[in-house]
Amino acid sequence: MNVSITLATANRILTQLRHDKRTIGLMIVVPSLLMILLRYVFDDHLVFDRIGPMLLGIFPMIVMFVVTSVATLRERSSGTLERLMTTPLGKLDLLLGYALAFTVAALVQVAVVLTISLTWLNLDVSGPLWVLVLIALLDSLLGVALGLFCSAFARTEFQAVQFLPALVLPQFLLCGLLVPRDQMSDWLRWISNVLPLTYAVNAMQELTEHTEITGTLVRDGLVVAGFGVAALVFGAATLPRRTA
Amino acid sequence: MMSYAIEVDDLRIDRGGREVLHGLGFQVPRGSVVGLLGPSGCGKTTLMRALVGVQIVKSGTITVLGHPGGAPELRRTVGYATQNPAVYMDLTVRENLRYFAKVLGAPRGDIERVIEEVGLGSAADQVATSLSGGQLHRASLAIALLGGPELLVLDEPTVGLDPVLREELWDLFHELARGGTTLVVSSHVMDEAARCDRLLLIRDGELLADDTPRGLRDRTGTEDLDKAFLRLITEREEAQA
Repeated sequence: MNVSITLATANRILTQLRHDKRTIGLMIVVPSLLMILLRYVFDDHLVFDRIGPMLLGIFPMIVMFVVTSVATLRERSSGTLERLMTTPLGKLDLLLGYALAFTVAALVQVAVVLTISLTWLNLDVSGPLWVLVLIALLDSLLGVALGLFCSAFARTEFQAVQFLPALVLPQFLLCGLLVPRDQMSDWLRWISNVLPLTYAVNAMQELTEHTEITGTLVRDGLVVAGFGVAALVFGAATLPRRTA
Repeated sequence: MMSYAIEVDDLRIDRGGREVLHGLGFQVPRGSVVGLLGPSGCGKTTLMRALVGVQIVKSGTITVLGHPGGAPELRRTVGYATQNPAVYMDLTVRENLRYFAKVLGAPRGDIERVIEEVGLGSAADQVATSLSGGQLHRASLAIALLGGPELLVLDEPTVGLDPVLREELWDLFHELARGGTTLVVSSHVMDEAARCDRLLLIRDGELLADDTPRGLRDRTGTEDLDKAFLRLITEREEAQA
């Protein structure tokens, strides 16, 4: 691992993003738009206050998952990955570069959604705001890491895009957003216990219910971060220098 | 001891479940321009991938600049340009070079030098998607030149270039070789073969000839390298029959 190569990689990815104005626009506008829709579809402050923060955790993860898996697949198919593999760049340099760059992008995304939610949509969050931002960033980091990991198993863009419904939607169903987890049957709850999004959503829930930082919140944050790091390390392991 | 930049011995490689290189062996002297010639699909690209260490090798040995092919020590000293230009299409030429220079630890001044060398000065701030095919190839070549590598492995670097530009690039290759750089350049254009110091002729994963252009002409009794190649193929087929 080499810090200056990692930073150069993050900077390169952000430069690529800067050239792609439409993607930036979509990344920032889509979550905010969904949040606004959500607020007016339910048109009920209690429901919005319960669900809103959870979605603040889910949106960045989904967006980052898609963006990352497509970006790395592109790196593979364009031959730039093969070229990088002949240079001193370490696999972890590349993955951390992606994680870093997209976390910066996620920060902008979360800042915009949060500002709109807190001002215009009157979202009520009991816990400290910085923790909410931190959890949202961890969630987006998780999305980046999972996207990197999954792209290792996708050979085509078609496959990559379908990893979203395959990997994210089951978590979405089981994370406690649609049906509280204690109302699920045991086997479903057990599955949800090993899925990272469960902890991401649970952390956001804690923030809406408690004004202080609870032990559960800290645990949830650590679990999400742990999943992210594990996915990055596995992602590096699935990135071979030599191919057939 | 270190007079050879590349030594390959009994190299065998499988691709897609079948052997595509059948026990290749050759040596490349330092500071020479070696042409890798042969029809499309003969194994040129596979061999080049093996030289730079991104190809899984079945058996045999590759020694590059005194290290096993693909060794970490070689990652700054071997430059590689693939057949399809490997550049970030959404970055400008200069941004591409800036990134790869950082990764390779090349000095900043290198960026302007390689832009100059491949003649991309006027397009340096253009996004890669807006470049022509030839310009893209040159951008990809420029990246390979960063950091002044001791060995350059170039897969069809002159494809799609006009004759003037092609001539300029070959001049550059020889200039680099005079400075001690070793170049392995693949091509399927025979008139480029005449400009190489040595030629490796490959067909169906086997080495047909490893000789100087002069030696090849003398051996086959023809001045035309295209005909020389054909003659070698018929000779081999007659020997096998």
